[in-house]
Amino acid sequence: MVESTPENPNYNITIVKAFALCAVVYLIVGSLVGDLIAWQLSFPALNFNEYLSFGRLRPLHTNAVIFAFGGCTLMATAFYIVQRTCGVPLWSNKMAWFTFWGWNLIIVSAVISFPMGWTSGKEYAELEWPIDILIAVVWLSYMFNFIMTIVNRKVSHIYVANWFFLGMMIMITYLHVVNSLAVPVTLTHSYSIYSGVHDAMIQWWWGHNAVGFFLTAGFLGIMYYFIPKQADMPIYSYRLSVLHFWALMFGYVWLGAHHLQYTALPDWAGSLGAAVSLAMIIPSWGGAVNGLMTLSGAWHKLRDDYVLRFMVVSLAFYAMSTFEGPVMSLKTVNALSHYTDWTIGHVHSGALGWVAMVSIGAIYHLVPRLWKTEIHSVSLVNTHFWIHTIGTVIYVCAMWVSGLMQGLMWRATDDYGNLVYTFAETVVAMHPYYVLRSVGGFLVLIGALIMLYNVVMTIKANGQSKTAAAQV
Amino acid sequence: MGLRRIIGNILDRSIDPQKRRERKSLQESMEQNVMGMIIMIAIVVSIAGIVEIVPLYYLDNTIEKLTKEEDSIRPYTALEQEGRDVYIREGCYLCHSQMIRPFRDEKERYGHYSLAAESKYDHPFQWGSKRTGPDLARVGGKYSNDWQVQHLRAPRSLVPESVMPNYAFFEDNIIDDTLTERKLRALAMVGVPYTEADFAGAAAAVRGKTEMDAMVAYLQVLGTMVKFEEGKDYRE
Repeated sequence: MVESTPENPNYNITIVKAFALCAVVYLIVGSLVGDLIAWQLSFPALNFNEYLSFGRLRPLHTNAVIFAFGGCTLMATAFYIVQRTCGVPLWSNKMAWFTFWGWNLIIVSAVISFPMGWTSGKEYAELEWPIDILIAVVWLSYMFNFIMTIVNRKVSHIYVANWFFLGMMIMITYLHVVNSLAVPVTLTHSYSIYSGVHDAMIQWWWGHNAVGFFLTAGFLGIMYYFIPKQADMPIYSYRLSVLHFWALMFGYVWLGAHHLQYTALPDWAGSLGAAVSLAMIIPSWGGAVNGLMTLSGAWHKLRDDYVLRFMVVSLAFYAMSTFEGPVMSLKTVNALSHYTDWTIGHVHSGALGWVAMVSIGAIYHLVPRLWKTEIHSVSLVNTHFWIHTIGTVIYVCAMWVSGLMQGLMWRATDDYGNLVYTFAETVVAMHPYYVLRSVGGFLVLIGALIMLYNVVMTIKANGQSKTAAAQV
Repeated sequence: MGLRRIIGNILDRSIDPQKRRERKSLQESMEQNVMGMIIMIAIVVSIAGIVEIVPLYYLDNTIEKLTKEEDSIRPYTALEQEGRDVYIREGCYLCHSQMIRPFRDEKERYGHYSLAAESKYDHPFQWGSKRTGPDLARVGGKYSNDWQVQHLRAPRSLVPESVMPNYAFFEDNIIDDTLTERKLRALAMVGVPYTEADFAGAAAAVRGKTEMDAMVAYLQVLGTMVKFEEGKDYRE
């Protein structure tokens, strides 16, 4: 299915290199902040001062991993894939560099503004209005360049990976603009134009689709290009990818309401959200099967291809969390799981298992090709794979256990109908799991550092071989 | 342009038997026409938002109707609103929800389940999504002002098991009273019914107060604005 086009010397590879390097660096930044706040929940004395307190750093962690690491990965891969599958260079190199510097400027402003406490108070959309405007402009430049490159394409059909990228770009524009509308008071303070129940619905329409489109559709674009490339096999089923795509585009958008079960949001909205959530198992698993079956006849490659391992395990996590999600959206399960660490565990099985692993796989695939050399150390890739996988499993299991315990302890009543536990007792009970989670997160961070070392050494080796060649 | 071409193709083919035989599916034509695909995606992703969000603004029962005796929901005072801004700045919503669900254990622990009406002036809403700490929707009046101050200053001095950061610095920060009126005016722009008197008195109401004063004022008003009737079903 991947239409291979002859290597075009005009392809803009430098922009892909820049975004890929940024992605590796931001993976470290994001997991460093994440691990720090995990330790803060284990040992509150680690809230050193007002700028480094949990409440201010948590948005920095989520924004760094989603928009800095995830965003740079998406931009690197989208620009790489669109050039190769369309057989033409980027429509505008200038605009691509505008996207690069703009996106990094946004990340730097986030690093400054969150510790300062400049926040709009809406989860995963905390950045204040001037930065929101910048995000919209930079995002549109990314989308416009991508679309215009497709318009220029030399092949007749648009490749499936590009559909997913297009879907993500369109929906994120929509969500970001609608959800971020606010009345400014100062440059660093504003109030959402929505209030109460309406704000809740719009916020979670954004919140779940940041997951559904940014963290799923975009990364499925990565999956549909890099898995067939790395396995050197065509995509298993074209029909399945068509079904996967349109069902995802239509279905995901409904799910936001399932974050508000049993709240003051009218019942019909939550039920609708849960019903569609259940139906979403079908396209999600269709997509996972499509990716995994691409390896049929090539499974032996997993024995020594560590990059492929990252991708295959990422699909296993994708399948698992897209099953877990619909289950958690059911009212009876949600009554127990909502407000607990189970949600955090679910998010991280998606984020560390699916998004991070498919991205890491894609970056390991890209680096030797971009710098036209071999990877510095294959065994370090293997080490990274195991450290990351073990870290993720520890993290997710710790949160499953603590989430279930929390939910059960909160609702436990004795024979006379009195609550068995005070809230404080449930906090103490979480302590061992919070420590375990911090250890899991630490392993992920170590893995990311190994990756940076490996990537830097690979690039260095390329530089040396060039100078050596020049001397000869 | 793109959509018209696609629809035109379909119509063409359904009429002309010659063309019907060599028919191209809708998917096939979209894969060859990026504008068509963009328009289709834009339509498909819009549907859910239109069905789920728009009716919330038109259906009368989205926000509960309360009787005169029950309803004393009012906009926050200048000081309470300043406290709310501190609450948001510190990211309290990341560990504390403000949304009690209609379960027996939550009623025992936190009180009557929350109504949509109670957060109708909340820009943005602060229902939260995680309870690392307890729900705060009805914390107002549960503890004394002194308890709240001491708890914010050093949570573990009162609750040894707590993992909350210390917020002693609230006492050192004086509220900037030059911004308060602008804040209320901004909120009025999006529908919070503040009056001219509120604007005029805003600065004076917060002058010399610390963030600690504001925070305690906000916490003490949470969940106290509705007088619930025993046994009445507010969510029908």
